[in-house]
Amino acid sequence: MALIELDNITKTYFLPEITVPVLKGITLSINSGEYVALMGASGSGKSTLMNILGCLDRQTTGDYRFEGEELGRASGDRRALVRNRKIGFVFQSFNLLARTSALDNVIMPLSYTAGDLSARECRRRGIEALNKVGLNDRIHHTPAQLSGGQQQRVAIARALINHPPVIFADEPTGNLDSHTSVEVMEMFSNLNAEGITVILVTHSSEIAAYAKRVIHIQDGTILSDTLNAPHPETQP
Amino acid sequence: MTTLNTMIVALKALRRNPTRAMLTTLGIVIGIAAVITMMELGRGSSTSIQRSIQKMGANSVLVMPGWRRSSGVSLGSGSANNLTAGDAEAIGRECPSVAIYSPVVRGSSLQVIYGSNNWVPWRIEGTSPEYLTIRNWEVEEGRAFNERDVERNARVCLLGATVIRELFGGLSPLDCEIRIGNTTFKVIGTLKSKGANMMGMDEDDTIILPWTTMRMRVTGLRSGTPTHTTSTAASKPGELYPATGIALYPEENTLVTEDAMHTPKLTYIDQIIFSAISTDKIDQALDEVNRLLRERHRLKPDSTDDFRVHNSADFMNMLDTTSTLLTNLLLGVALISLVVGGVGIMNIMLVSVTERTREIGLRMAVGARSRDILKQFLIEAMVLCLAGGIIGILLGHGAALFIEYQFKWPIESSPDAVVAAVAVSAAVGLVFGFYPAYKASRLDPIEALRYE
Repeated sequence: MALIELDNITKTYFLPEITVPVLKGITLSINSGEYVALMGASGSGKSTLMNILGCLDRQTTGDYRFEGEELGRASGDRRALVRNRKIGFVFQSFNLLARTSALDNVIMPLSYTAGDLSARECRRRGIEALNKVGLNDRIHHTPAQLSGGQQQRVAIARALINHPPVIFADEPTGNLDSHTSVEVMEMFSNLNAEGITVILVTHSSEIAAYAKRVIHIQDGTILSDTLNAPHPETQP
Repeated sequence: MTTLNTMIVALKALRRNPTRAMLTTLGIVIGIAAVITMMELGRGSSTSIQRSIQKMGANSVLVMPGWRRSSGVSLGSGSANNLTAGDAEAIGRECPSVAIYSPVVRGSSLQVIYGSNNWVPWRIEGTSPEYLTIRNWEVEEGRAFNERDVERNARVCLLGATVIRELFGGLSPLDCEIRIGNTTFKVIGTLKSKGANMMGMDEDDTIILPWTTMRMRVTGLRSGTPTHTTSTAASKPGELYPATGIALYPEENTLVTEDAMHTPKLTYIDQIIFSAISTDKIDQALDEVNRLLRERHRLKPDSTDDFRVHNSADFMNMLDTTSTLLTNLLLGVALISLVVGGVGIMNIMLVSVTERTREIGLRMAVGARSRDILKQFLIEAMVLCLAGGIIGILLGHGAALFIEYQFKWPIESSPDAVVAAVAVSAAVGLVFGFYPAYKASRLDPIEALRYE
């Protein structure tokens, strides 16, 4: 069974004067462990698609099944729980809490986890996640004391804190220079190698080249869906 | 998300901007401090007013005979002769709310002579030993008369400071013999100075003696004019021995009285003074006395009282009410400042929600439900208000202590006010924090994340 199944998804914005169809019937399925890049120009609808996939937005028509469960019409609380447990988000602008230590940023999602963990357990998991992104010596640094690449790694650690099966990354390298971009993208490749499904949104074919599968979106429809040749830099 | 967790999150959020948190809560701090100070000062002054009034002996009730008519002419309040020592005893015996009582026989315009000095005191009263307790009057030198003195009509008296000054010129009057009317008395004690009373009369211009002595030896029987005194009457045997119960002396005034015909007895008294077992039992005591006297005087249910009750507690209540009113007024002003403080909190919380839109979006993206966001901001506002409340309580108490120390105003700490202050500040946080929190919880996560 596919991890994510989209069946003829449409999304239309109803503005006071006009209606704007953004997604015009997208049917797609993504299996567990895939590394997918959603590509497209600005306004193609790729971000809207990712918001629907990430349970941040609801489709207008069509079905969205995540692990076989229809989520597009689920309650807000159910979707919040799925976001908390099953999905990790990495944003273009990092979205870290200012004046808050890296560790506190990383363990922030745990405070919304229903089965409450002890403070010590939270801390342990936070340090574990920061270790994984190679920031174990920056635990108590605030975002202002970290470089862009380090901030994004903190954000990745935060996405990993609940061991989600899938990570969404929206232009994760948009605010980074090319050198740190490579670092961050390698991190995603490593995570994918550990079995985590990675779905990233980008307009850069260079970044998309890291993915194993590239889906081109144009004017709200899927233009192409191709498998990449293995990326040269991620070859063992 | 547990409340404890939410509180930790809220505290961390507040710690990120301590200066603003402090300034935000300043309104609450000032409001609560004002409330606490007002309450402590108000209660302090109220208690001290009560205490000083009790010192004046105003915690007592006076029962006077009613009035009667002579040839259609009213002789004024207290003119009827219908209160007896028996009434006084019955009050003490049968009214559970009455603590102590004393009969009073008044004499007025009596000349007092010592050596070559003479003086007419403002007040000469025959009473029982309890009188001094009821009036909260202390003996300065010597002793007060006792029950035995009352029983055997002893010719002993206590003098007030003004009388001593006028008759003795400041020398000790103890054991001296003075003459009141035609009777000689031994001075056995002096009264502590009380100064002027509420009406401006000199309380120290007083002589107190046993009421039996007063009745038998000084005033004799009055019938009609309350100020009428006949010292000669005291020598008549029928009056000296009233216990025989035989009316040797017919009522002088045969004119129509409001009351039934009755024979004058030497046990008639002019007033009964009593005090209730506590200040708040005064009304109950009044009720009991009223019922008892109506019964003893055999009044029909529809007839009016043939006695009057003068309750100086009314005066005390008035003063107390005035001070309570002032306290409440100031409390009202303080509460308004609390509301203003609450609006300040709301304002800053709204700014904070706008400023932290992205944070809210992020929290929603990582799994916060709307109600988690609502709870977080609500608790943040309440933590602000409660912290402000606690600081305000300390500050207010400190201010009250300072005022007590500096201006010698009486204060009284009030635990109710502290509890109320905590409750009010939490409520202010809840009420004024709700709108910003609700607004935050309604944010769309996508737009919130994109918010610049």
